[in-house]
Amino acid sequence: MQSVFQQHPEVAERFPDLHPPLTAQSAVIEANRCLYCFDAPCTGACPTHIDVPRFIKKIANENLRGSALTILDANILGASCSHVCPVQVLCEGACVMHHHHEPPIKIALLQRHAMDAFYASGAVLPKTSAERRNGKIACIGAGPASLACAAELRQRGYDVTVFDRHRLPGGLNTYGVAEYKLPTADSLREIELVGSLGVDFQFGTEIAGEAAFANLEKEYDAIFLGVGLGAMHRLRIPGEDHPAVIDALAFIAGYKTAGRLAVGRRVVVVGAGNTAIDAANAAKRLGAEEVQILYRRVETHMPAFGFEYEHAKQEGVRFLWQTQPIAIHADTDGELRSIECLRVELAQDGTPRSIAGSNFHIECDMVVPAIGQSPLFDLLTECYGVRVEHGRVVVDRVTGQTSNPKYFAGGDCVNGGREVVDAVADGKRAAVGIAKVLESAHA
Amino acid sequence: MPESPNLAVNFAGGIRSPNPFWLASAPPTNCGEQVMRAFDAGWGGAVWKTIGEPVVNVSSRYSSIDWNGQRMMGLNNIELISDRPVEVNLREIYEVKKRYPNHAVIASLMVESKREAWHDIVARSEDAGADGLELNFGCPHGMSERGMGSAVGQVPEYTEMITGWVKEKARTPVLVKLTPNITDIRTVARAAKRGGADGLSAINTINSITGIDLDTLAPRPNVDGFSSHGGYCGPAVKPIALNMVQQVQSDPESQLPLSGIGGVGTWKDAAEFILLGCGTVQVCTAAMHYGYRIVEDMIDGLQNWMRQKGYVTIEDFRGLSLPHVREWKNLNLNYKIVARIHEDKCIGCDLCYTACWDGAHQCIHLDRVSGVRNGHVEAHTKPAEVEAASRAKITVTPIAKLDKVAANSQNVEPYATPLARIPRVDETECVGCNLCALVCPVENCITMEQVDSGLAPQSWEERTAVVAGTEKSC
Repeated sequence: MQSVFQQHPEVAERFPDLHPPLTAQSAVIEANRCLYCFDAPCTGACPTHIDVPRFIKKIANENLRGSALTILDANILGASCSHVCPVQVLCEGACVMHHHHEPPIKIALLQRHAMDAFYASGAVLPKTSAERRNGKIACIGAGPASLACAAELRQRGYDVTVFDRHRLPGGLNTYGVAEYKLPTADSLREIELVGSLGVDFQFGTEIAGEAAFANLEKEYDAIFLGVGLGAMHRLRIPGEDHPAVIDALAFIAGYKTAGRLAVGRRVVVVGAGNTAIDAANAAKRLGAEEVQILYRRVETHMPAFGFEYEHAKQEGVRFLWQTQPIAIHADTDGELRSIECLRVELAQDGTPRSIAGSNFHIECDMVVPAIGQSPLFDLLTECYGVRVEHGRVVVDRVTGQTSNPKYFAGGDCVNGGREVVDAVADGKRAAVGIAKVLESAHA
Repeated sequence: MPESPNLAVNFAGGIRSPNPFWLASAPPTNCGEQVMRAFDAGWGGAVWKTIGEPVVNVSSRYSSIDWNGQRMMGLNNIELISDRPVEVNLREIYEVKKRYPNHAVIASLMVESKREAWHDIVARSEDAGADGLELNFGCPHGMSERGMGSAVGQVPEYTEMITGWVKEKARTPVLVKLTPNITDIRTVARAAKRGGADGLSAINTINSITGIDLDTLAPRPNVDGFSSHGGYCGPAVKPIALNMVQQVQSDPESQLPLSGIGGVGTWKDAAEFILLGCGTVQVCTAAMHYGYRIVEDMIDGLQNWMRQKGYVTIEDFRGLSLPHVREWKNLNLNYKIVARIHEDKCIGCDLCYTACWDGAHQCIHLDRVSGVRNGHVEAHTKPAEVEAASRAKITVTPIAKLDKVAANSQNVEPYATPLARIPRVDETECVGCNLCALVCPVENCITMEQVDSGLAPQSWEERTAVVAGTEKSC
């Protein structure tokens, strides 16, 4: 399948790799910088515990297949993680080179180097010798958590079916990550790899209603909930139903997978998380003349990672701090004209309070709310006996098992919205938990 | 400011050069044009690419070993002696000497093993103005198949005989270049001395196959699908060369003025060869890698070091390390050092830990947090257990809005590296082997410190003599 970007090379040009890949020689040189730490801090900092020094040593030794399999053994989505992981706060942040007054090893680029070589050579995983085991598992959602869970269970010999209501698999990897970080095509080829293991995918299949879950429970021995989060929070201000108000995830999914490449001339993004920044940067690259991010608090409070903030500034995105939107206005022709805001002051304890009468207008023709996703309350209440607290599924951290022993869960619906690599780790832990339960049941 | 140390040398009874840095007989000294540029760059002398009956060379000729991303840690060649006519080489020597009278030009020679042939080439070389002669008894490839080069240098009798023939005719100092491809280099050094040599050059290249192309399965360098063993040189061979230099210089029957060769690329390398008794050093691989310009820092660096140490001439420090080399049986068994890890410098790579457990004596431990336990292996957590504990940990991406960051979560560790990752040495078990300090990537993070054993110095020879004496008296 051709992605939107393959069909529009002139747009793809504006979404070059954020971090260009290493050449073969530079990869070997960089790999040789690695000290090969014992019980390496980078490995400990990775939620999926990829054996980083081991795969890097294999690159140095020009054993690229061995390197890739080392990565995949820990993390079946090793390729997309090498693109989207916030390595500055994970493996690369833990690199001992920081104490050595040297830049950390470029772990993400090296991982990508090994994974690119793996996919370029045909992406053939070794045949697993595991015998077929009795046990059928349904994974709900085809995002990173479910993919990791499904791959692990399949490699252990179980039958796995993955259901997703979307047309394409991958969850946020396909629909929600900035194209300059992870091209859709790369996300999809990774899911093909999971498919090649023999995982059954049911796309465009929504599991909804208590009856549907009851049926699943009858048919499957275990159910993994990798459903992620629900719709983005609404701004709850007048005028937000205007068609030129498009939430960040819809906007990103639109340009990445649905061919909606049009963008406003002056775009306002509300919120300062990582998704807000992905949306703001994309708006810039799609041709917006002016992109501004509004945030209630100040720079030091912003939820986005520091490097994302720096990146946005380099892209030319402007930040307006201590600004609270209160209404979106259209002109008489119905065109979106401006967003009306109040200035905000911060109390001693950091609580933001809008200042009455400080109203001002920012002219714009597109507004992108990016203030987080809400939990899938409805769906989760349909799973009988699965406890949910503060919008998150409650699980045993080690096994991923919920309060209903037949249900396991992982990813954003459990952790409230962390990174791809966290979802992969959750999914894999749950797979091990499920296998353990099934083994003892069939023993 | 004291005056610059004087690097000038007068070697082997009459070869004078402004500094001890000579280019070895090799491609960098193939012709007069090159040698003159080398002298302009600062080289004190050049041993001409070996002159003899012209040969035909193959292509390709070199191969090398890269290490950890660094190029040419070791270089191998299968090139033969000069492929230019004798009279051309000699004419160019004449030209060079005319224009550079104060630099040393040494003619490296190799002809068939006949007295007349050697007499002839010696006379012609000296007539051309060579300051000295170096007899190439070391070339290990190609020429040796024709009864020359190392075929001579591996047989003491041949070495002595041909050196003798040369000395019958020579008016300038005669150096014999030794091959390392022999069980004991001293046997040939002694033969050269008996034959009347005025000096020695060591070492020539070491027989080698540098590697095999894993696609074609042919060794490198590849000559139409085949290869041949070559001569190995470059940084990799320096330790071998230093040992052979020391052997020759510590043996009264071998000892002669020595031009040190083998992996010299910097002033530090040169200083080490001179400290083991060499009067000059010869350089090839480093010049082939980086060009003649490297000599600038060899001169500058050596002078700065000499100034710092208070040496004025090369003779002031030549051979000073020789008395520090003893036979093992004369080393002090009661000297004890232990490793000390400096916590403030530790970066937490824990390479010392794994090296000590797998490659040494299991006396470095990761127990600063769990509690110090000195003693034998059984008392300690083993490497595999440390790794398993790490793998069992659940890690998540730190995201401020999801993680309640406690006010007191600031790093209260005394060091930049978490205490749990700073290894500890059990000094009662440490044997002072140096391995941890060698693998540590941080300078001076692990130091080896002397501890008082409370015992007077005693060597193995002394200890066994005491035991034998005790037995006798019983």
